Amino acid sequence: MSVSPAMPRVVLVDDHELFRAGVRAELDGLVDVVGDAATVAQAVATIRECEPDVVLLDVQMPDGGGLEVIRQLVPVDPGVRFLALSVSDAAEDVIAVIRAGARGYVTKTISGTELADAVRRVHGGDAVFSPRLAGFVLDAFAGSSPARPGGREAAAAGGRGSIPDHDAELDGLTPREREVLQHIARGYMYKEIAHRLGISAKTVEAHVSAVLRKLQLSSRHELSRWAVQRRMLDES
Amino acid sequence: MIPDMAATPGGRAATAPRDLRRDRDGGMVGGVCAGLGKRLQVDPLLLRIVFAATTLASGVGLVAYVLAWILLPAEQAGAATKSGSGRRATVEVALGVGFLLLAILLAFRELGLPFSDLLIWPLLLVAAGGALIWHRSTDTAAPAAAVPPPRAALTGSPPAAVEGATAGESRPAVISRIGIGVTLVIAAAIVFLQFSGALAAATDVALAALVAVIALGVIFAPWFVRLLTSLAAERAERIRSQERAEVAAHLHDSVLQTLALVQKRAGDPRAVAALARRQERELRSWLSGAPARETGERWLAAALESAAQEIEEGHGVAVDVVAVGDARLDRAGEALIGAAREAMLNAAKFGGGGAVAVYAEAGDERLQVFVRDRGQGFDPAAVPADRRGVRESIVGRMERHGGRAAIHASPGGGTEVELVLERGTP
Repeated sequence: MSVSPAMPRVVLVDDHELFRAGVRAELDGLVDVVGDAATVAQAVATIRECEPDVVLLDVQMPDGGGLEVIRQLVPVDPGVRFLALSVSDAAEDVIAVIRAGARGYVTKTISGTELADAVRRVHGGDAVFSPRLAGFVLDAFAGSSPARPGGREAAAAGGRGSIPDHDAELDGLTPREREVLQHIARGYMYKEIAHRLGISAKTVEAHVSAVLRKLQLSSRHELSRWAVQRRMLDES
Repeated sequence: MIPDMAATPGGRAATAPRDLRRDRDGGMVGGVCAGLGKRLQVDPLLLRIVFAATTLASGVGLVAYVLAWILLPAEQAGAATKSGSGRRATVEVALGVGFLLLAILLAFRELGLPFSDLLIWPLLLVAAGGALIWHRSTDTAAPAAAVPPPRAALTGSPPAAVEGATAGESRPAVISRIGIGVTLVIAAAIVFLQFSGALAAATDVALAALVAVIALGVIFAPWFVRLLTSLAAERAERIRSQERAEVAAHLHDSVLQTLALVQKRAGDPRAVAALARRQERELRSWLSGAPARETGERWLAAALESAAQEIEEGHGVAVDVVAVGDARLDRAGEALIGAAREAMLNAAKFGGGGAVAVYAEAGDERLQVFVRDRGQGFDPAAVPADRRGVRESIVGRMERHGGRAAIHASPGGGTEVELVLERGTP
């Protein structure tokens, strides 16, 4: 958890005026909200102009929602980090935004201090998994066999650089990753997970980042049973 | 070759006795005589003689034969007989056309017109065009009509043919087929009138008629297209409005009622929060389209959700349930739910008012439920023996049903109850 001395600069994207005002008020003094936007086009323009550290992004918006914002910005501005913010429980929406490049997902009922903490963690390069997201991910990877038991520890702890090259490796979670995700789903903080599993907090974060990477890189787009169940919802 | 009703393949004569078809298996050339013979219950040899004689005499027999060959559908061994009535109508009309032509031919012959290009080419065109219009895709050439739906009897006008034939093949294919047929017939008429010369005056009439037909086509085509699109739009609109009505009905029953309650109890923040939570939970399950289970069946995730809702309402503490996988509940499963409910209750009572996290995982080997709060935490060993809540309703209940319960607690770090039920035990 690298906390930068200055407050992270944040742009808030949500189509509900009232909600933006509420979040602004809650984050006041905790992070530096440098701009907000109500539409996809506005968001793209604002983010390119303000160059924030973190974008708080609503998943459901007209014209493609958070997904579209990420899609348009990642090619031109790969440095900006996204934290998805949603009232949605629709797993496929959330997973789609994460796959597109968001570093985390929190629900809109989150408290101001927790949100600020999540922003700081995303800013520091970590992934932010809410219990619900952890549940979605476990569900998404359900049924897939754990990848290569040997050497996973080193690969996962070794760092962000080593991208798994085999699809098989991307398609499953290692037992340790599952364990970490289960603890997140059970409501444990990273520090508590580290304590319980007897590993360092850094290692916990490395596991979570590895899961995030698998989620984003896995070719198993049919990753989820709900994706199959809900074919009728158009999911591009 | 031998006219034998009993030898009809598949007993077709019994199921559809009035069908007139070419019998290709029993025929010599096109199966026309064999088919006719079968239908009329006469020896096809007799018919063959008639055809041969008329051919030799004037050529009429040949023309009639060719027409019949084109117009009559071939008999298909093993084909469905469902389309019998529809096809019969076609056959009748086709036969009518054939006989009409025959009559015209004979009349012309009586008038002393020679069978020259004058008559043959238009006739060929008419025959081809007519065949295109009337000949159904049910023939062997188009297997698409293997299971043709019932069709309305043809009235003899091309639009009716369009309607009737759409079922068997795609609409554009039918339209182009009909179009070519109509063009051929019209061309035949023009060619004939052109060649004959004797009917020069009729050329103008025909031309006028043609122009009129084209003009009418140009006038009505856009209207027709508009009609089609407006019909489609209307249908889509109807579906949309039905959906809207459904959503409106649901919102009325749930959200509006809750909002009314919230307004009434605006002075009680706890009640308002509880109402909002309950409505949120209910709306979520509706939006996510929770799978319809058979009534009476209980499933893990849903049972935990409803237990959580109960605790939330009773104690004003948020209980968040995250479930991975799902399982139908048996007796032991119900015990697991009961223990989980008790654990939630404990967490709500002694968890310091913070949110309670419930995590359930249904794997192939075991069901696991974790209930966690962020309260003061307690030492499991220090729980007095008379605290039935933990000892009896959680640990004891799980053990009685072949499961186990563990309580992880650390001072300051909250309490977590872990419930495990192994599956696959008979």
